[in-house]
Amino acid sequence: MFGIIGKKIGMSSIFSAEGEMIPVTVIQAGPCKVLSIRTIDKDGYNALQFTFGEKREKNISKPVLGQFKKNSITPSAMLKEFRLTDASEYKIGDELKVDLFKEGEKIKVKGRSKGKGFQGVMKRHGFGGVGGTTHGQSDRLRAPGSIGSSSYPSRVFKGQRMAGRMGYDFVTVSNLKVVKVLPEENLILVKGAVPGSMNSYVELLKK
Amino acid sequence: MSNLSNILPDQIKTDLPAFDAGDHVRVHVRVIEGDKERIQPFEGDVISVRGGGINKTFTVRKVSSGIGVERIFPFHSPKIAKVELLKQGDVRRAKLYYLRNLSGKAARIKSKA
Repeated sequence: MFGIIGKKIGMSSIFSAEGEMIPVTVIQAGPCKVLSIRTIDKDGYNALQFTFGEKREKNISKPVLGQFKKNSITPSAMLKEFRLTDASEYKIGDELKVDLFKEGEKIKVKGRSKGKGFQGVMKRHGFGGVGGTTHGQSDRLRAPGSIGSSSYPSRVFKGQRMAGRMGYDFVTVSNLKVVKVLPEENLILVKGAVPGSMNSYVELLKK
Repeated sequence: MSNLSNILPDQIKTDLPAFDAGDHVRVHVRVIEGDKERIQPFEGDVISVRGGGINKTFTVRKVSSGIGVERIFPFHSPKIAKVELLKQGDVRRAKLYYLRNLSGKAARIKSKA
């Protein structure tokens, strides 16, 4: 899917022409520069590799830095490939901006959700917890309950949902409406929430 | 960023009078019925002003035939045609939720001298 890279700025609201208040997420999207082009002949698929953001030279590994130097593009914090059917109309160094999207368009936004740390099964998997607090039962309110049978199979099945690290997953939200595009500030306003914390990177994808 | 006021200045209203909790106001609300638009006033006491930037709202309370009615208005909503400041109240609190438990003479707000 084709799109550009952006940074989540935060949430706010905006009034529609009818006077309705719309909750929006403000995303700074682009400008993204083309660092390299993948083609069917060479790589087996068509894609553009985009740069976004800024990063100090000393924090970039030398092989990647070489790529930037070769094409005389300022080193960037993010590198992402976006597939498309025909990459021939683009060349290295081309800039893609937020005007790729139009107001009223439905887009997808992909990002890393907020990390929640080590969480129990109730929060992580929506379990109901175990029973009540009477009849001498204690300390079992948020427990997972039984995780399997005894002598057969004598083990816990793979994939059994248990407590553990939650969040920081790749999450894609589809059908988010573009409320406003501000090309001068490189900002895009999308209705509703998108994954991740403030200042986290997101991908804005064409549907 | 909690508001867009610096990005979208046309969304922010500057023509409303400065009012605060305790003030008596008349809010002129645009009501669209079918394809016609008319103005409906809502008069009462401001009991709360909260939020900042574009998310700022205020609550107006009135007692209508013995029943307390409260409406929350987004400050910068285009649906608000205008706000008339009728009386300035003298109150010691920013949120006047205690008025909900009072009625009659006790629920009056002192006017600013």
